[in-house]
Amino acid sequence: MTGYILKRLVSAIPVLLGISVIVFLIMAMIPGDPATAILGSYATPENVEKLNRDLGLDQGLVARYFIWLGNMLQGDFGRSFALNRPVLDEVLDRFGATLILAGTSFVLCSLLGIAAGVISAARQYGVADKAITFVVLLGISIPSFFLGMMMILVFAVQLRWFPVSGMWPIYGDRNLGVLLEHLAMPAFALSVVATGVIARLARSAMLEVLRQDFIRTARAKGVRERQVIWRHALRAAMVSIIPILGIQAGFVLSGAVYIEMVFQWPGVGRMLVDAILKRDILLVQGGVVFIAACYVIFNIMVDVAQALLDPRIKT
Amino acid sequence: MTILTLPRRALLAATAATALALSLGSAQAQTPEDVLIVGQIAEPQALDPAAVTAVNDFRILMNMYDGLVRYRDGTLEVEPALATDWTISEDGTVYTFTLREGVTFHDGSAFDAEAVKFNFDRMLDEEHPYHDTGPFPLAFFFSAVETVEAVDPQTVRFTLNAPYAPFLSNLAYPTGLIVSPAAVEEYGADFGRNPSGTGAFTFGEWRSNEAVVVQANPDYWDGAPELQTVVFRPITDANTRTAEMLAGGIDLMVEVPPVALSEFEGDAYTVHEQAGPHVWFLILNAKEGPFADVRVRQAANYAINKEAIVNDVLEGTAEVAAGPTPPAFAWAYNPDLEPYPYDPDKARELLAEAGAEGAELTFYVTEGGSGMLDPVSMGTAIQADLEAVGLDVTIETYEWNTFLGNVNPGLEGKADMAEMAWMTNDPDTLPFLTLRTAAFPDNGGFNSGYYSNPEVDALLDAARVETDQDERARLYQEMQVIVQEDAPWVFVANWKQNAVTSDRVEGFSLQPSFFLLLDDVSKN
Repeated sequence: MTGYILKRLVSAIPVLLGISVIVFLIMAMIPGDPATAILGSYATPENVEKLNRDLGLDQGLVARYFIWLGNMLQGDFGRSFALNRPVLDEVLDRFGATLILAGTSFVLCSLLGIAAGVISAARQYGVADKAITFVVLLGISIPSFFLGMMMILVFAVQLRWFPVSGMWPIYGDRNLGVLLEHLAMPAFALSVVATGVIARLARSAMLEVLRQDFIRTARAKGVRERQVIWRHALRAAMVSIIPILGIQAGFVLSGAVYIEMVFQWPGVGRMLVDAILKRDILLVQGGVVFIAACYVIFNIMVDVAQALLDPRIKT
Repeated sequence: MTILTLPRRALLAATAATALALSLGSAQAQTPEDVLIVGQIAEPQALDPAAVTAVNDFRILMNMYDGLVRYRDGTLEVEPALATDWTISEDGTVYTFTLREGVTFHDGSAFDAEAVKFNFDRMLDEEHPYHDTGPFPLAFFFSAVETVEAVDPQTVRFTLNAPYAPFLSNLAYPTGLIVSPAAVEEYGADFGRNPSGTGAFTFGEWRSNEAVVVQANPDYWDGAPELQTVVFRPITDANTRTAEMLAGGIDLMVEVPPVALSEFEGDAYTVHEQAGPHVWFLILNAKEGPFADVRVRQAANYAINKEAIVNDVLEGTAEVAAGPTPPAFAWAYNPDLEPYPYDPDKARELLAEAGAEGAELTFYVTEGGSGMLDPVSMGTAIQADLEAVGLDVTIETYEWNTFLGNVNPGLEGKADMAEMAWMTNDPDTLPFLTLRTAAFPDNGGFNSGYYSNPEVDALLDAARVETDQDERARLYQEMQVIVQEDAPWVFVANWKQNAVTSDRVEGFSLQPSFFLLLDDVSKN
C-alpha cells in the first residue's frame, strides 16, 4: 500500500508543474497588466513602466517563471500587491474558510445523495423513487447562485432566521453555534446540485449491484432486506460511487466560487475572482497552485480509498 | 418499509438538530449604539494613503488621516487642515505652509515639518530609505515637487519645478494625506496594515475580508467624533449589500445599485445623493472615419437621448452632462453651458450635410469598471439611438482591463468610438490628460480620439500655471464652450453618488469629492 501511495504522489509532481506553467502563462497572456489595473484611468505608458519596475514585472517571462517557482519551492509564494500581504498567509486564511464551507457541503451532499440514491434504487419506480427523482432533477436544474439569492431574500431578509452574509458576526462571541448559523444557507445552497448528481449516479450504481447474483443469494439466505441494501449492496456499489464523490468534491470546491460571492463567504474562491479582476498575478498563481495541489492530494486519497475497498485496483 | 426506517430516523434527527441550532440565538442581534457599520464595496488594499488608488480605500482613509489642506464641506474648494495658512510665491513655484501646532499622530509622535518632508520624500525620492514601502502609483500627482524643506518645526516649504495650479487640490486628495513617520519606520512594508495618522478615528483592527474597525480619537484637533466605533465591512456583491441593509446588518450602504433604490423608499431609510466630479462620455475618433468631421460628431451628440439613458437606464442616479467639466467643480464650471438637446432630425440633417448617412461605426463597450456605471445597457441604448438616425453601429465588448489596454493607446485603426468615464479632484486633470494635442497616446497622454485644437491647448496650458482662482475659472469656462462646440466626445452623464442610511443614523451627508466623512455622524 505504501508503495502505491508513493507512486501516486510521485506522479502528481509533473501535474503540479504543468499547472504552474499553465497558470503562469495565462496570467502573462491575458490582456491588461497589473499596473494598468492599479492605475486605472491614470495608466500612462510612463506611469505603467515605473510601476512595473517597482512590482518587479520588467524582467523576461522565463526569468520571472523560474524566480517564482524557485521561491515557491522554498515556501515563499510572494506578496500580493492588491492586499499588501504575503500570498501564503492570505491563501491559508481563505482556504480554511473554503474548507469549512466546501467540507460541510461535501458531507451534506454525500450523505443525502447516497441515501436518496439507495432509497430510489431499492424502491425503483415506486412513489419514493419518483418523488426523489423529481426533487433531484429540480435541484440539479437550479443554478446555485440563484438559489442562494432566493434563500437570502426569504430566510434572511423576510424571516430573519439566518444572517445574510459573512462567516462570523461583526460583534459577539465566535462559537460553533454562530458559525452554524452563518454556514447553514451557503452550505445548503452549495450542496444541492452535487446531491442531485450523486443521487442519480448512486441510484444506477445500486441498481446494477442489486441485479447481481450475490444479492439474490443473500436474500435467499434470509438476510433482512435492510441488511441486504445497506450492507451488502451499498458496500459493493461504493466502489463506483466513491470516484463520483471525488469528482463532486472538485465541483463543490469550484462551485464555492459563486456561493462565496453571493454569501460573501471569506473563502478562496472569492479571493481568486477579486485577484483576477485586479490582475493580482502572484495571488492568482499561488492560489491556483495551492488549490490544485489540494485537489490532486484529495484525488490520491480517493484512489487509495478505492484501492482499499477493491484490492484489484492497486495493480 | 424496513428500508426507509434508517433514513427517516436520520431525517428526524437532522430536523431536530437544525431546530436546536436555530433556537440557539436570533440571527439578528441589533447593531450596538455609537457603532456605525458601513457596507463597503470591497476589501481595502492597504490603509497607507500613499499606496492606494481606489475610492473604496479612500472612504476609510479620509477618516483616519488629515492632509495639509482639505475640501470645505460640500464643495471641491480647499480650506486649511493640518496647515493653518500658506503663501504662494509670485511666480507660483514656492508654496510655504504654516503647520497646526500641538497635533500628534495616533502613535503619540509629533506632527511637524519634518514629518511632512518625510511623507513626500518617501513617495518621490527613490533614494529615500522608506521608498521601498511602496509602490506609490499616484505619486505623479506631486511630480512637480522639486524639494520639500522643513524651514522650522511649524513651517514647510515646497518648491515646484514649474507653476502648477492643481497642487493645492492634489494635497487635499488622499494621496496627500500625512502618515506617521515613526509608524512607517516601525512597520516598514506592513505599515498599510498598521496605520497611524492624525485623523478623527484611530485604527482598531483589520480582520481580513470581514471588517476594518476604527475607534474615535478623543484628542482630535477638530473635535472628537460622535461615534465611538466605525466598522467597514467589505461586501462586494451589490445584491448581498442591499440584502444586508434590508436585514439590518449594516447602518450605511454606499453605491446602491439603481434598481435597488426602490427598496429603500419609506421612513426606515434615508437615501442620499450627491453629484460628484465625474463625467461619462464617448471618445470619438477625430482622426479618421466619419467622426473626423465635426458635423458627424455633433450629430452623435444630438442623436443620443441622454435624458432617457439617465432616467431609464440609470434610474435617475446621474444627470445629463453638458460639457467636459463636471458641474461639481462649481467654481470652474460654466453655468451657461446647455447640454446638446435630443434632436434626431437635426442629427440626420448634419449627417446628410457631411455625407455620412449609413456610415459604419465600431463602438468599444466595457463590461464594467471604475465609474463606468452600467456600460453595457448604456452602450446598447446609444447604439439604438445612433441606428435610429441611420448610422450602422457594431459593438465590441471587453472586460475592463482589456478595454483600457485597447482604448488608452488610441482608437486609430481600431474603433470609431469608445465609452469612458473619469473621476478627478481638479478641473485641470481630465482635459489636460485627454483633450490636448500634446496628450496624444504617443506622447503618453489619454487623448485616445486625437482631438486637437490649438486654442484649447493654449487655454489649458495657461490655466495650469495660473494661481489666481478667478482667472483660472475663466480659462476653464472658455475652454468648455469651445470643446462643447468641437464635440470631441459625446457628453453623456455626470454620476450622482448615492448612499442609504438607516433611520438610526444622523448627521450624514455625501461629499462632492465622493469621500465618506464620518466625524459628524451619530447613531442612536
